[in-house]
Amino acid sequence: MTEPGRTVVIGVGNDFRGDDGAGPAVLARLAGVVPAGVHLVASDGEPANLLMAWDGASLAIVVDAVQAGPAPPGTLHRAVIAAPDALPGSAAVPEDASITGSHQLGVGSAIGLAQVLGRLPARLIVHGIQGGDFTLGASLSQPVADAIDDLVAAVIADLAG
Amino acid sequence: MTHRHERTLAAVGLARVEGEGALRVRVSGDRVEDVRLDIYEPPRFFEAFLRGRSYREPPDITSRICGICPVAYQTSAFLAIEAACGVQVDGPIADLRRLLYCGEWVASHALHIYLLHAPDFLGYPGAIEMARDHRPIVERGLRLRRAGNAIMETIGGRAVHPVNVQVGGFYSAPSRSDLSGLTGVLRAAMDDALETVSWVAGFEFPELTLDHEMLALSQPGSYPIERGTVATSGGRAFAAAEFEDHVLEEQVAHSTALHARLSGHAGTYLTGPLARYTLNARWLPPAAAAAAAAAGLGETCRNPFRSIIVRAVEVVCALEEAIRIIEAYEPPAAASVPVPPRAGTGHGVSEAPRGVLYQRYDFDPAGTIVGARIVPPTSQNQAAIEHDLRSFIQPRLDLSDDELTRQCEQVIRNYDPCISCATHFLTLRIER
Repeated sequence: MTEPGRTVVIGVGNDFRGDDGAGPAVLARLAGVVPAGVHLVASDGEPANLLMAWDGASLAIVVDAVQAGPAPPGTLHRAVIAAPDALPGSAAVPEDASITGSHQLGVGSAIGLAQVLGRLPARLIVHGIQGGDFTLGASLSQPVADAIDDLVAAVIADLAG
Repeated sequence: MTHRHERTLAAVGLARVEGEGALRVRVSGDRVEDVRLDIYEPPRFFEAFLRGRSYREPPDITSRICGICPVAYQTSAFLAIEAACGVQVDGPIADLRRLLYCGEWVASHALHIYLLHAPDFLGYPGAIEMARDHRPIVERGLRLRRAGNAIMETIGGRAVHPVNVQVGGFYSAPSRSDLSGLTGVLRAAMDDALETVSWVAGFEFPELTLDHEMLALSQPGSYPIERGTVATSGGRAFAAAEFEDHVLEEQVAHSTALHARLSGHAGTYLTGPLARYTLNARWLPPAAAAAAAAAGLGETCRNPFRSIIVRAVEVVCALEEAIRIIEAYEPPAAASVPVPPRAGTGHGVSEAPRGVLYQRYDFDPAGTIVGARIVPPTSQNQAAIEHDLRSFIQPRLDLSDDELTRQCEQVIRNYDPCISCATHFLTLRIER
């Protein structure tokens, strides 16, 4: 399944659930903007689906809403996870609760499972955006909506390497 | 352990249940006083959200309720809408609908069996720990999930919120070669599925036999998946249109959710794999029937721990059905049939991986939704889960708090409660 040079951006979340829609919102903004060959994948964040989405990628970028401690809504988090076999000696998963996302069975579980199974992409970058309101039917809260520009820019910067 | 009264344990996050809810168990002395499962129900929101929208919108909107079973929501929605509009869809479009649904069964059951449920039987806190010792097994589970997703992507356009589904059929129908491209993946998946049945059949299962009335769809001649009428082990048989006459939802004091019960029936009822199997085992296709027999499943299955075997058999069933449909497939002349709006009410039922999912829509003459009702399987099972927890906990009160908590989590996982169908943030509290 390995496609050398394959790059994927995975937007995790549900756009019917308030700030959980941040991942889909970023994907929508990236459509037509990212370089040709960059795959944009919508995901519910379920670990097996995430493993499939980033399978064989040289670079995978995951965007997800998070609830990480007391940070104010709209705060951006970024974590770089390198596959151990790609960068010997690197710490694969940082001790950063912010990357666990807003889904109980989500990005954190996927990273843990991928590590054990040797299915991490060569380079994985997780962008978390602190959510405040996950109410069904709500749109993005203002602080999160205001931070989407910066989040999109951060993803594009990562794509540019 | 000292004798305690009214002691409250620290809340324990219930990981590996897809969803979020809360379970509170109150124990007084040596007696279980109360078991409360608090669940928060997105369908209530969606029912309100759908009012005023077009009759063509529910399949897309309701597919957002659950990331794990979007096809179930889409299917019950378009069945209800087509019934209201007086249209019945048959032939290749109906076959494609069953095929798509088979994909969801395979993907959902593979997830639950391998990443959520099996770790309980093998003594691991979760799939990650299990994968350290059983990597090839977990890889097998991921292959199965991938096979299910492949069906959903080919028929539905994508696996998460399939976009190719509409009222009346599909936006585009696959060619024969599109489908035959799946055959190799599905045949390999069948080997994995049969090995899965053998694997889970070897687990050790706590003794627990339930006497709930069982409720499942009936699709005579085939195992019920994407349509059917409703039947119960107590002998009821009724059409989707009569669902709300038989299944009553009532507000209960402790929960924002509604509790479902059968009209004129004092006890609880259960929907889901155990009910499907118990009421329909004779309709399993040959490979699935043989796998069930080899796994030691009898004509019925009433131990919720053994639901993992039933799910594994249903994966075989879904793959067998998928291969059969693909081999016989001739593309429809048109990918969808016209469904003109009209005033009226329609009802739809289908067998979500977790059980019967019912939807009703009321339309004005222009096809605008004036009323909507969504009854997901997990909320139907809520009363039964509470009942089972009470029975399970009572003889186990001498266990340590941690161990009792762990075992209660396992009991809940037996029912595969759904993420957005019914539960929202599950924590467990035991008060002694």
